[in-house]
Amino acid sequence: MSTTESFDVTIPSDTAKGREVQDQIVESLEAHGFSARDVFGVRLALEEAIVNAIKHGNRMDPEKNVRIQWEVNASYVKVTIEDQGEGFDVEDVPDPTDDENLDKPGGRGIMLMRSFMSHVAYDGGGNILIMDKRCGEEEESDD
Amino acid sequence: MSAGQRRLDIEEVGDITVATFTDKKILDEGNIQIIGNQLFSLVEEEGRGKIVLDFANVEYLSSAALGKLITMDKKVKSAKGKLRLCSVRPDIYEVFAITKLNKLFDMRETREQALEGL
Repeated sequence: MSTTESFDVTIPSDTAKGREVQDQIVESLEAHGFSARDVFGVRLALEEAIVNAIKHGNRMDPEKNVRIQWEVNASYVKVTIEDQGEGFDVEDVPDPTDDENLDKPGGRGIMLMRSFMSHVAYDGGGNILIMDKRCGEEEESDD
Repeated sequence: MSAGQRRLDIEEVGDITVATFTDKKILDEGNIQIIGNQLFSLVEEEGRGKIVLDFANVEYLSSAALGKLITMDKKVKSAKGKLRLCSVRPDIYEVFAITKLNKLFDMRETREQALEGL
């Protein structure tokens, strides 16, 4: 089935609500036949992305919202997550795998998103995240 | 209700403490906080020097959970103790490998291997 479905949900800055949307997206992936491995990766990327939008973007402000849009078909999912924060420059986020950062507790979310999704990009000054995953695609490998 | 406050099962195997995560998903901030406090108290309050963390039940974990594990590793090292992780599923192992934390942590495939020679 190659029908593409689109969804558009706005939630308050509440990670429990974010997890409900995560479950909804996972349901739509499963309905379109995504493999367990792909579902794992997308779910993890969503967790990191939504928590970042709520915590670092909106700084947990209950007056601010996060808008989550996604489109999915049998081979592809694209998710756009927009917060109402000030944005940030992704280049300013240090590489958590550098030796001097390896034992620091933070900074791994974006790296995990990039690894598990096919593409990850920031727009609108950093408060709009667009990421997609082509299913069945292997993650990049060095060898 | 106090149910749900306990996120780790603690067992003693000789002089080694084995802490098994009871959650399938280690995602929720509140749970991660509780897990962190329970882990840290093993070192800071109970003075346990040899600790194995068993991930057999864990199907998902986020970078926030990784942060607590890194802090735990630091606390154990500064107390001159030893920490090993075991029974990490392949999907979850990939999360450690991507972030190169498989190099920071002493990870063993099975609980038996983790207990051996600790």
